[in-house]
Amino acid sequence: MSAVYISGLGSISCQKTFDNNEFLDEIITYTDTVITAVNPNYKEYIKPAAARRMAKGIKMGVVASRIALNDANKEQIDAIITGTGMGCVRDSEKFVSTIIDNNEQYLTPTSFIQSTHNTVGGQIALELQCKGYNFTYVHASVSFESALLDASLQLENDEANTILIGGVDELGDHTVAIHKIVNHIKPEKIDSTALLNATTEGAVFGEGANFFVVSNKKQASNYAEVLSVTTYNTVSKNKIEELAQEFLQDNDISIGDIDAIVLGNNGDVKHDSFYHELSSGIFQNTQQIYYKHLCGEFNTASSFGVWLASKILKTQHLPDVVKINNKSITNYTTILLYNQYRGENHSFTLLRKC
Amino acid sequence: MEVLKQELKENIIEQLNLEDITVEDIADNDILFGDGLGLDSIDALELIVMLDKNYGIKLTDPKEGREIFGSIEIMAKYITEHRTK
Amino acid sequence: MSKGVAITGMGIVSAIGNNVAENYQSLINSDKGISKISKIDTIHKNDIMVGEIASTNSELEQQLGLSADNNYSRTALLGAIAAKQAAQNAKILNINTYKTGLISSTSVGGMDMTETYYYDYLENKSSQKYIDGHHAGDSSQKIAEQLGIKQNLVTTISTACSSAANAIMFGARLIKSGKLDRVIVGGADCLSKFTINGFKTLMILSDTYNTPFDENRKGLNLGEAAAFLVLESDKVIAAEKKEVLAYVKGYGNANDAYHQTASSENGDGATLAMQKALKVANYTAKDIDYINAHGTATGNNDLSEGRAILRVFEDNVPDFSSTKAYTGHTLAAAGAIEAVYAVLALQNNIIYPNLNFKTQMKEFDITPQLELKEKELQTVLSNSLGFGGNCSTLIFSKEQ
Repeated sequence: MSAVYISGLGSISCQKTFDNNEFLDEIITYTDTVITAVNPNYKEYIKPAAARRMAKGIKMGVVASRIALNDANKEQIDAIITGTGMGCVRDSEKFVSTIIDNNEQYLTPTSFIQSTHNTVGGQIALELQCKGYNFTYVHASVSFESALLDASLQLENDEANTILIGGVDELGDHTVAIHKIVNHIKPEKIDSTALLNATTEGAVFGEGANFFVVSNKKQASNYAEVLSVTTYNTVSKNKIEELAQEFLQDNDISIGDIDAIVLGNNGDVKHDSFYHELSSGIFQNTQQIYYKHLCGEFNTASSFGVWLASKILKTQHLPDVVKINNKSITNYTTILLYNQYRGENHSFTLLRKC
Repeated sequence: MEVLKQELKENIIEQLNLEDITVEDIADNDILFGDGLGLDSIDALELIVMLDKNYGIKLTDPKEGREIFGSIEIMAKYITEHRTK
Repeated sequence: MSKGVAITGMGIVSAIGNNVAENYQSLINSDKGISKISKIDTIHKNDIMVGEIASTNSELEQQLGLSADNNYSRTALLGAIAAKQAAQNAKILNINTYKTGLISSTSVGGMDMTETYYYDYLENKSSQKYIDGHHAGDSSQKIAEQLGIKQNLVTTISTACSSAANAIMFGARLIKSGKLDRVIVGGADCLSKFTINGFKTLMILSDTYNTPFDENRKGLNLGEAAAFLVLESDKVIAAEKKEVLAYVKGYGNANDAYHQTASSENGDGATLAMQKALKVANYTAKDIDYINAHGTATGNNDLSEGRAILRVFEDNVPDFSSTKAYTGHTLAAAGAIEAVYAVLALQNNIIYPNLNFKTQMKEFDITPQLELKEKELQTVLSNSLGFGGNCSTLIFSKEQ
């Protein structure tokens, strides 16, 4: 079986991450319940004829993928696999509200066409004229991991050599409003630096796109090797430690081998307890990292976690702003990532320095 | 007809979200589809809705649009002859 | 590598039947399920025809024994019923005996509820339970729960009309790789104002019965359906002495990369998908006995797909037909219901008629199979071609 490597990456997030020459050099702190992405100059990447139809999510996906391809020095790939939890929210909202507001009359096709979940994948394929395998996964907080798993299987079996994968989600006004009503979003503004110890329910919602070129070719420029990714639809809180142990055992790794664990804490007092089980349990002596205070919570936010871990492994630098504790690690070789959303759709991902 | 042509140019720019184009950029006889302004089949569908909503002209076959939307001049003529609003 | 993956169970709910047997009876009796829409109040109701499932949401909820405070969308209801049928058909007594996952698919998701309660959500507490149920993965979570799948691989694919075919493909690969011993694969989509109006804006809906591959075809009829297959590894088949219905022998996915909704004139994506599937199966074109075409009866699809079939099969085009005249185009679920029909065709050595056909398309001289035909079948190829240029082909076989 061939190995799986991350050979390029591109991120558009609520931090200025679209410039690969930087690594969280300047941090934007937020005091809000909903935070939005920091945009690159989309015009540099997308022709006006195409851009005029694209909502933010599609632009973010298309440009983040372009940045990743440039980073990996690739013009062509064998396959495109994307993950999105909520899909193209803005176009969906636009089409539904117009249906209702205009009583189904004088509707125009653009927002309907753009609302299909695989629009980002389709748009990238069009641009690159890539006729290869093209899938879109839409399963809440394992949307991105499903894409990664699919790509890994293909690369391991030499069914493909270079694949573009990514996670993208965008905010929409109506969607935000209704999620506030059902307490999925924090009731009051919170400082991002206080997120870890928040005592209220709900998360701070964000948006973004994080794309990666994964390949089975060993290169000095690779960021990381993807050793394993596993997802679970449900897990009981009292089983999470056992499951983490099993996952590591299956990969011949011990707790002591883990140099850092990247956790998806989002400040929701109800559901962050899964992370506490691990951070106060078997991983209490491990360097713990969090990131959703930087990028916000969205179904594919874990792709930002993978971006972060990849950068750490490549630069061997751990920015202070993402530290939960301080274990003074000097050498980062193996990083474990764990994420879930509202107690469901959990994932473990294991990355290793190349 | 001049007022209608101006109106059409404004509507097209707005409806099709042609952010970088102004009314002055579109000449009456410019080819709208393909190589000219670069509009495509999705835009044709958008314009069909515009014909209905603004001028009360209902097209049932999307292929009819190809000829009618040839240029602003052709559109204006067609609308003048067939409008019900 | 080209060994097929065993199918041990199937379940289906569509406009032509509430289970596998009913669907089969309709198919062989040319009983189409297309009618005027009854459950959705749309201004277009006199201008369209649909493949609507007779049961109301209440009836479906009752069938599943759900409590009144459930937040199942119609998509989830249909999906759960079909998936449970499949598990039962595969004689699964304890779902957790083997590592079992679920790969489902949908394009509508919970949009049927969202479009109904869109503004209501902001005012009324009672409808807010459906907010959680909007996203595409929710119906899959519910189906997994109904099947008793816990702490396992559950995910959802959404690639428009090729979704369920892709779910079957991914499931087969997971079995082959050993990641799962067993996987339930398929998809569900219900009718909605969103899709009715969406397709209307594209001007590809017919106001009468759809006529696949007919020169005068006017467009598609939307449909709703759910279907699931159970795929099991050789290890499980041997241990449980399971009866195998057929095999997923080949599969391929490719992208047209031509246009966001239209297919390329020469069907590049479809051609590539069929070629890939043949390669995985280690077959040549001559090995295919019957093609269940995507055949939506739109001007664009049937031309594009017809050309692709000619490119791949050249002078050896096998019998082919589209079953969408029976069920309508069930969007994400299409690949799954047509997989069920493909397996039934293999089991019964039957080729279904391409209904409503009157006039040969002028662009080529291949004609679909117009009458029900009894023929010994070893293999069936099924196409599902979607928006975003997403083209998928599955090949089913009698032998592994």
